[in-house]
This record gives sequence, C-alpha cells and structure tokens, in this order.
Amino acid sequence: MALIAFSLIAAIVVLAAMFVIAARNPVHSVLWLILTFFSAAGLLVLIGAEFLAMLLVVVYVGAVAVLFLFVVMMLDVDFVELKQGTLRYWPFALLVGVILLAELVLVSVAGGALPTGNMDASPGAPTNAEAIGRVMYTDYLLLFQLSGIVLLIAMVGAIVLTLRHRPHIKRQNIAKQTGRRRGDAVELKDPTPGQGI
Amino acid sequence: MELGLFHYLAVSAALFTIGVVGIFVNRKNIIVILMAIELILLSVNINLVAFSVFSGTIEGQIFAMLVLTVAAAEAAVGLAILVVYFRNRRDISVENVDLMKG
Repeated sequence: MALIAFSLIAAIVVLAAMFVIAARNPVHSVLWLILTFFSAAGLLVLIGAEFLAMLLVVVYVGAVAVLFLFVVMMLDVDFVELKQGTLRYWPFALLVGVILLAELVLVSVAGGALPTGNMDASPGAPTNAEAIGRVMYTDYLLLFQLSGIVLLIAMVGAIVLTLRHRPHIKRQNIAKQTGRRRGDAVELKDPTPGQGI
Repeated sequence: MELGLFHYLAVSAALFTIGVVGIFVNRKNIIVILMAIELILLSVNINLVAFSVFSGTIEGQIFAMLVLTVAAAEAAVGLAILVVYFRNRRDISVENVDLMKG
C-alpha cells in the first residue's frame, strides 16, 4: 500500500519538476514548483517525517513560492524573448542529465548496502516533532541559532538591496513637525479697508 | 517489494538531475534558474530525510532544516538582486550581466 502511494506521489513529483523547467510561462513554472513541493511533503509524510513535511509546505509553498510569484508578476519581463533559442540548449542539457542520472543510480546501486532501519515507530516512542525538538534544542542549539542569524542577514540584505529613496516624494519628518513654531506658519496682517492685502 | 531507501534515492536523483538540466536549458531566464536551484535543494532534503529515517537517527532531519533555512535565505537574496538588476537594465537576461561591471 505504501509502495503504491509512493509511486503515485513520486511520479507527480518528477512530472511536476519537469514542467517547472519546461514551462513557457514562468508563472506556470512557479505553480508547478508549488505542486512539486507539496508532493515532496507527501513523500516525507509516507516515511514518518511529518515535521519536515509541514515545514516544507510552510516555508516553500507559503514563503518562497509566493516570493517567486511576486517577483515574476511584478517584473515586466518579455518572457517570449527570453525563451528564444532555448531549443539548441536541450541536447547538451540532456547529455549532462543522462550522465548525471546514470552516475547517481550507479552509486546508489553499487555503493554498498543501504541502511534498512524500520520506519515503524515503536509504541511509546516520541513523535517526530518531539524527537527533533529534543535534539535541536540541546545538541544542535548553536546551529539552530546560526540558522536564525542566516535568516536575519538575508532579510537585512534583501531590504538593503531593494530599498531606494526617491527624491521629490513628501515624507513625514517628525522633528520638523514638532519643531514648527507659530511664527513660522501664521502671519498677522492688518489690511486697511478697501485695499486688500 | 517494500518501500525502502532506494526508492527515495531514486526520486531524489531524478529531481537533482531535472534541476541541473533546468539550469542548462533555461540559461537565459534567471528566475527559472533560481527555481531549478530550489529543486536541487529539495532533492538534497529528500535524501537527508530518507537516510535519517531509514538509519534510525534524527540528525539528518536537523540538517534538512538547515538546508531549508539556507534555501529560503538564498531565494530571498537572489530575488532581491534580481529586482535590483531589473531596475537597472529593464531586462533579466543572464547574458548581459557582465555589462554591469564598472
């Protein structure tokens, strides 16, 4: 049963990944990418790595894919022109791909015995999230903190890169506002009648 | 035949290959190149988690989380660079990036 489910989901993963790189429209690519990540999360659920699966959905589908969608839709790029002449890249790309795949399969077939630990959790064993939490907050605390710093730096970097100050745009200047005195704004006039100001 | 590590390695190898082919094929379109890199990182994650599960240790999943973090950071910074480049050149073709050098 698990094998049937696996085959189905794995086929979806591979097909969707192919459409990601082959789609003409990058928006479609992003949507196929979302399908790929979603199905990959399904693959992880099958072997009991639920926490990572949910993380995959939250981080990739919720954040990264939306980021891609935003950028693809915001930039006014002529994608038809970008697609010109990609046909001649295919033979070389396929050659590289076939060689790479053959090597990977060769390694995993002939690379010695693979571990075959049972994935059935024994009763009373901690859940996946609990097991991860126990290790992550003790043995790998420094790595955990470090990944937080990586995210912080990425955030600051992205902001610094894309921030731009346009001139000629009115902005609120609090110091100027509070420093304003009555004399700067109001002027008392005493017009004589019939002459105007 | 029972669901084993080999099945996951096969899917992961296929995803990795597709990612690399995608980089070669979409060599003009940097957005799709970034997506192909995400595919490659996903295949690495599947590998890590599968090895972690089938060898009965949890550490692999921790490292998969770290890879996930780096992938998210990379996507954010990469897209930011892409936006800045687009603002400068009104174009995102990879071939003309070297025109930007001082």
